[in-house]
Amino acid sequence: MIEKRLTTRERLRIHRHAMPERDPIERRSNFEEVNLGYTPELAIAEAHRCLQCPKPTCEDGCPVNIHIKEFIGRIAEGDFLGAVRKIKEDNILPAVCGRVCPQEIQCEAACVLSKRGEPVAIGHLERFVADYERETGQIEVPAIQPSTGKRIAIVGSGPAGLSCANDLRRWGHEVTVFEALHDLGGVLAYGIPEFRLPKEIVHKELDCLRHMGVKFETDVVIGQTFTVDELLQEEGYDAVFLGVGAGLPWFMGIPGEDLVGVYSANEFLIRVNLMRAYRFPDYDTPMIDLRGKNVAVVGAGNTAMDAARTALRLQAKNTCIIYRRSEEEMPARAEEIKHAKDEGVKFVLLVNPVEFTGDEEGRLKAVKLIRMRLGEPDASGRRRPIPIEGSEFVMELDVAIIAIGSSPNPLIAKTTPDIEVSRKGTIVVDEATMKTSKQGVFAGGDVVSGGATVIRAMGAGRKAARAIHEYVMTDVW
Amino acid sequence: MFRIVEAEFTAPEIKRFVIEAPRIARKRRAGQFVIVRLDDKGERIPLTIAGSDPESGTITLIVQGIGKTTKAMNMKEAGDALQDIVGPLGRPSDIKHYGVTVSIGGGVGTAIAYPTAAALKEAGNYVITINGARSREFVILEEEMAAVSDEAYITTDDGSYGFHGLVTDKLQELLDQGRRIDFVLAVGPVPMMKAVADITRPYGIKTMVSLNPIMIDGTGMCGACRVIVGGQVKFACVDGPEFDAHEVDFENLMCRNKAYADEEREALARFLKERRPQPHDSALVVK
Repeated sequence: MIEKRLTTRERLRIHRHAMPERDPIERRSNFEEVNLGYTPELAIAEAHRCLQCPKPTCEDGCPVNIHIKEFIGRIAEGDFLGAVRKIKEDNILPAVCGRVCPQEIQCEAACVLSKRGEPVAIGHLERFVADYERETGQIEVPAIQPSTGKRIAIVGSGPAGLSCANDLRRWGHEVTVFEALHDLGGVLAYGIPEFRLPKEIVHKELDCLRHMGVKFETDVVIGQTFTVDELLQEEGYDAVFLGVGAGLPWFMGIPGEDLVGVYSANEFLIRVNLMRAYRFPDYDTPMIDLRGKNVAVVGAGNTAMDAARTALRLQAKNTCIIYRRSEEEMPARAEEIKHAKDEGVKFVLLVNPVEFTGDEEGRLKAVKLIRMRLGEPDASGRRRPIPIEGSEFVMELDVAIIAIGSSPNPLIAKTTPDIEVSRKGTIVVDEATMKTSKQGVFAGGDVVSGGATVIRAMGAGRKAARAIHEYVMTDVW
Repeated sequence: MFRIVEAEFTAPEIKRFVIEAPRIARKRRAGQFVIVRLDDKGERIPLTIAGSDPESGTITLIVQGIGKTTKAMNMKEAGDALQDIVGPLGRPSDIKHYGVTVSIGGGVGTAIAYPTAAALKEAGNYVITINGARSREFVILEEEMAAVSDEAYITTDDGSYGFHGLVTDKLQELLDQGRRIDFVLAVGPVPMMKAVADITRPYGIKTMVSLNPIMIDGTGMCGACRVIVGGQVKFACVDGPEFDAHEVDFENLMCRNKAYADEEREALARFLKERRPQPHDSALVVK
């Protein structure tokens, strides 16, 4: 055991190992991944910082409760495959989560070393072993229990649906995942850009589920091609899990939002990530040529940072984030904000768009902004932005990307009236079991919580999987 | 993959496809559409379903070759397959007993007007159809339209067949004759639909149009297809595609539909340069 090799005092002396990343100037002109990942030496050195606490508080900070202490212990011993297999007991997408999880507010925030300012780089280590397994071609397909003969339909192939599918399949159920788009992965495919999460990695992690016997059907829109009732009746599924995400983009409702050049973040990212519009005309889907243009992204969450950094890579002349509060209140991860700044995204803070204006062809030319000041904290706990009268000014603009949030797509609620939905459009569930108001139907992920994180969705998918297993095996609702 | 069972040109640049898509065939109702993607590098384009046969599990699509993707699709033959078809999408037409209805199809819009006309007939309406084309050779679905109509009119811009004039001239003529009309559905080029709306507005006739904005996913995710109806932003893919013609902001729709005009020209020029010659290339030149 590593305890024998290093004393606590010795381990405390090691500083956290930074993630190697590509140079900001070089990387902002292409879509290659920014973070390069640890080398085996760096990984082992970082793993030696772990104190192997008797009560690993980090694991309570993980929404899917990965056995963090054990997997890091194995890395320290050089047993990388053993480490990734330990992770995979709880998380089927370690290469994804190692890249996109907000570890700084989850496992790493709960690490005892975080009190000293430098928690163990749990996310970097998770990513390293997952990459090691994949790149060395040693991906192990988990064991599947004998068939139960029960059939489960998973709606949506994003993080919630995939984690739910994984557990249910391991327990021997027949699992089919339905996806509305032509490509699998949900937000992992259409939302998160290549430079943060290469699509090849998503496909590889999906392949593992396929090898386990999970069936995938693309081009099926539940609520249109089949209703939920048809899945349960005519199609003969014993239970349905709804993990359809929060895909309905919000707009601001200000004049000029319909001009050509105003995109929702969803549309902008779908064109680039899913349709590969940046490779037009080799790929058929076009997008506005950003070369030499002024681009503004409205909002300051992770999606906004993704959109801004994507615009830079499409060679926009100026790319800025427009946000109505100050830097302190920005909801994006610290790493994303830092990467955006390093690459040259400008931050125009404490301002809010009032109106977009265009030319006679209906193309965006400018945005009128108003300056804001911060008042008392609101319901979200953040200080409320208040417009400063008479402070309006105009900024020239060719493309605006609205990244202020999204809510669940109403298609399923509209076609399944007996599923209870909140005023915000989210599906109402029992928190412990993820059961909806309709027998046999469970839900989890952003469709329940509203826009959140990949790992929270995965946690919800696992919770639902346990309840689905119990339901189909006992028939007790 | 979705296999093409039948493929034939019914007019220059207009091809009728019967495609195996059993799930869509079973669910589809008049007025709904599908999103089609030809291959891995293809764009997603919306096409309204012209017909379906739940028994054989097929849907019918009628495609006019205008841009790169539609022209590439029109090179497909029976036995070929399409990478992706998803649907049925959008809300079905609001079919009920209105009384006297007029279904107007301009050009390939007739392929969209036709199934709704048939459904209106089924619902017991007195169905008038106005089927407009540039000239005789571009008239499509003439027999099919006639079969579901109590009165069927063909109009051609050049007078080479049927009524000499635009579909709106025919509609105006019916109104001038004092004919009672309770409901109009118009499908075609945006200027045509706008002209129909302008004609029926003073008469207070309920008029619907099927809109064709740019779309990507077709399920309400991207907002590319947003249109302004009665001052409100609507997503044509999930709130439409049919809207009250008297409430639609057609100017805005025309601007938004031109968003990628340059890119569309570039893609088409590249495509025409690289592909093999096609039977209707001469018709293109005439245009």
